Amino acid sequence: MGRWFITPGELRRLGVLGMNARNGAYIARYNKRSNYPLVDDKLETKRLALDAGIAVPELYGVIETQQQIKRLAKMLEGHEDFVIKPAHGAGGDGILVITGRMADSFRRANGKLMDLEGVAHHAANILSGMYSLGGQPDKAMVEYRVQFDPLFEKVSFQGVPDIRTVVYRGYPVMAMVRLPTREADGKANLHQGAVGAGVDMGTGETLTGVWHNRIAKQHPDTGAPIAGIPIPDWDKLLELAARCHDLTDLGYLGVDVVLDRDQGPLILELNARPGLAIQIANGEGLAHRIAQVDDHLQARGEAEDATARSRWAQERFAVKG
Amino acid sequence: MKRFHLTLLVMALLITSLSVVYYKASVLGFPLQPAQTVDNWVVEARVAFQPTGGALTARLSIPHDPPGYGILDENFISRGYGLTTTQEGENREAHWTTRSPSGPQVLYYRATIYELQSNTPEDVPYPGPVSVPDYGEPYRSAAMALLDNVRDRSADITSFASVLVSELNAPTPSENAALFIERGASDVDKVRTMISLLAGARIPARMVHGITLTDWAREASPVTWLEVHNTREWVPMNPHNGTSGYPNNFLVWWHGDTQPLNLDRANRPEISFAVTRNIHDAIDVAEQRAQLMDSKLVEFSLFGLPVQTQNMYRVLLMVPIGALIIVLLRNIVGIQTFGTFMPVLIALSFRETQLLGGVVLFTLIVSLGLAIRFYLEHLKLLLVPRLAAVVIVVVMLMAGISILSHNLGIEQGLSLALFPMVILAMTIERMSLVWEEHSPVDAIKQGLGSLAVAAVSYLFMINRSLEHLIFVFPELLLIVLALTLLLGRYTGYRLTELVRFRALKGQ
Repeated sequence: MGRWFITPGELRRLGVLGMNARNGAYIARYNKRSNYPLVDDKLETKRLALDAGIAVPELYGVIETQQQIKRLAKMLEGHEDFVIKPAHGAGGDGILVITGRMADSFRRANGKLMDLEGVAHHAANILSGMYSLGGQPDKAMVEYRVQFDPLFEKVSFQGVPDIRTVVYRGYPVMAMVRLPTREADGKANLHQGAVGAGVDMGTGETLTGVWHNRIAKQHPDTGAPIAGIPIPDWDKLLELAARCHDLTDLGYLGVDVVLDRDQGPLILELNARPGLAIQIANGEGLAHRIAQVDDHLQARGEAEDATARSRWAQERFAVKG
Repeated sequence: MKRFHLTLLVMALLITSLSVVYYKASVLGFPLQPAQTVDNWVVEARVAFQPTGGALTARLSIPHDPPGYGILDENFISRGYGLTTTQEGENREAHWTTRSPSGPQVLYYRATIYELQSNTPEDVPYPGPVSVPDYGEPYRSAAMALLDNVRDRSADITSFASVLVSELNAPTPSENAALFIERGASDVDKVRTMISLLAGARIPARMVHGITLTDWAREASPVTWLEVHNTREWVPMNPHNGTSGYPNNFLVWWHGDTQPLNLDRANRPEISFAVTRNIHDAIDVAEQRAQLMDSKLVEFSLFGLPVQTQNMYRVLLMVPIGALIIVLLRNIVGIQTFGTFMPVLIALSFRETQLLGGVVLFTLIVSLGLAIRFYLEHLKLLLVPRLAAVVIVVVMLMAGISILSHNLGIEQGLSLALFPMVILAMTIERMSLVWEEHSPVDAIKQGLGSLAVAAVSYLFMINRSLEHLIFVFPELLLIVLALTLLLGRYTGYRLTELVRFRALKGQ
């Protein structure tokens, strides 16, 4: 104790993947650049998922030009709550969550009010490429706001907790639940202060969490224990994640799933460059699990379907026997 | 396979780079250190005479490939004379001709010479054994006895000559040797006798004349030396003690038992030699040398560019160094910056403001710009107009700070104009996004990271030795490229990850 760093030897023993190894050895090797648009454009992802019969949040409308912003009010008509997000956003930036209306104003997830002009300005910012990768002009998506499952209510502050699964060559290898905090402004982004909780791949039960790179047993805002929350239909969720690999053909993929109260698991987005914090949340590195997948694939020699893949992963990577 | 390919590529780059550097440094003599100077001397022969009327010719022996030295530059100061240089046997001669000179005439020959690093004497074909001269009695018997005696005490041509010379210089010479020694003989006479005696042993020998290069010698008198051919090369030999080699700083001017100056239709010849030491920038010397050697490598180099362009490249060639630093700090250390190469551009502008001034000005502009940017946020502008507005405000801020600091007498504020304003505006925009979307802590962390990286690259980029090396040997950039390619395959941990993943300790 007392040391404020971990030695490379320890990291290697734990099989922790560093940024350079992730980029150089896996993303560059297994993620074909021509497939990136499939996940970088969330509209495209949505279309793919729908074609494959995978549930996603319903799309209310797309704003592609500045003119269309004028029709925003009409588009929003009849929707009490909704989410506006950039089609090419990165890292959860530029997502505006409206939870309800109040007279002419909209109520944001953090409780603050915003008028129509504010919402329109946000949409205009999205169109001009403020949140997109490389500042390219972008499209704004207006979609269904997930009514999240009360399961995580006690360990979330506002916002929507989501479940991130890393899928390696079609096999789900690691998962975590990202729990929004007050500090993260209701966003489920770990580097913005959200809590990440590791998930037992076998049972779908949460393990201890990590908050600001430190182990957290309780949620910082609610104080409720993080560990031991069972995610329902875990095997179905894993299978869903495994199927996303078939959609995009990306060998190193992050799948973000939300649990909707009414609609069950919905694919929120896919990520071709999933972060490394999941390793801290699980207290284990990705490299050993990745190696097992490589060995398994080599031993089998032929491809398996998504169900078989997720079942194999569930057995192999279970924490509790 | 990929690994092998990269290794090969890196090796090829390294070998190419190092061999070109080696060639330029050791053969062409480009200096490895900045402001390195080489000694060179300006030697001058002054020729004066009185014409006797009619078309006049003056012939002066001038240095030709002097051993140990190279000639950088020569000029002939001779108003009203026609000039040709010709090779006359072992000597090179300048021929001055004129039709109707009047009054005393003075001509100058001036050469800039430098010491060669490597002194490899050229192989001179053996002229063949010389014929034995007819000494006439009693000299003939004495010479043969002396030579037999010397032959018994020597092993080869060089030692033979050496023994002979010391015999002739001995304080108490043998009877045979004494016959050839004249009291008060000049060096020229001595050397002449030695050549004649060496011819008795059929050894080719010759007389050389040169001057000693000293710091300031207004009047350098020529020194006569002996050279003996040992069938491979001419071996210089001290005519006073028989040791081989030239004296220190000895410039061979002409060969043979002749006068350096020959005149037609003139009398009262006078010749004097002068030497001045000169310190030259080593680069100039190397460049001129390369020109003389007709080296294409230098002709197609940065030195061929106009000086202003050269100065620009002095700075530009440092950008790869900055880029390498960025790669190191981002991929090995793991510092986050705004924009990949923004810190290099900031570092470039630090060259003008100095480090402290640059950091203060950068912080000032970015914080003021951020404040304005937050205000603009309220106006709900579209992205491009907002960026343009930030650029405009940044330019105005820069002008304002310059004026203010000038009036306060802080001249560093003036060099602010060299800050890349568009880059600054983009930095402000990105920083404000991180500030709002993530947190002020993140924004400030990344801002400080950029500043730190800029400062580190600046410190490398202003290193004079490094700048000199890269400019004189731009092929070193191939090494930078090779290193960058190697780093591109680094999949180990970043230093900051050791801190980031510390929660996993003891798992």
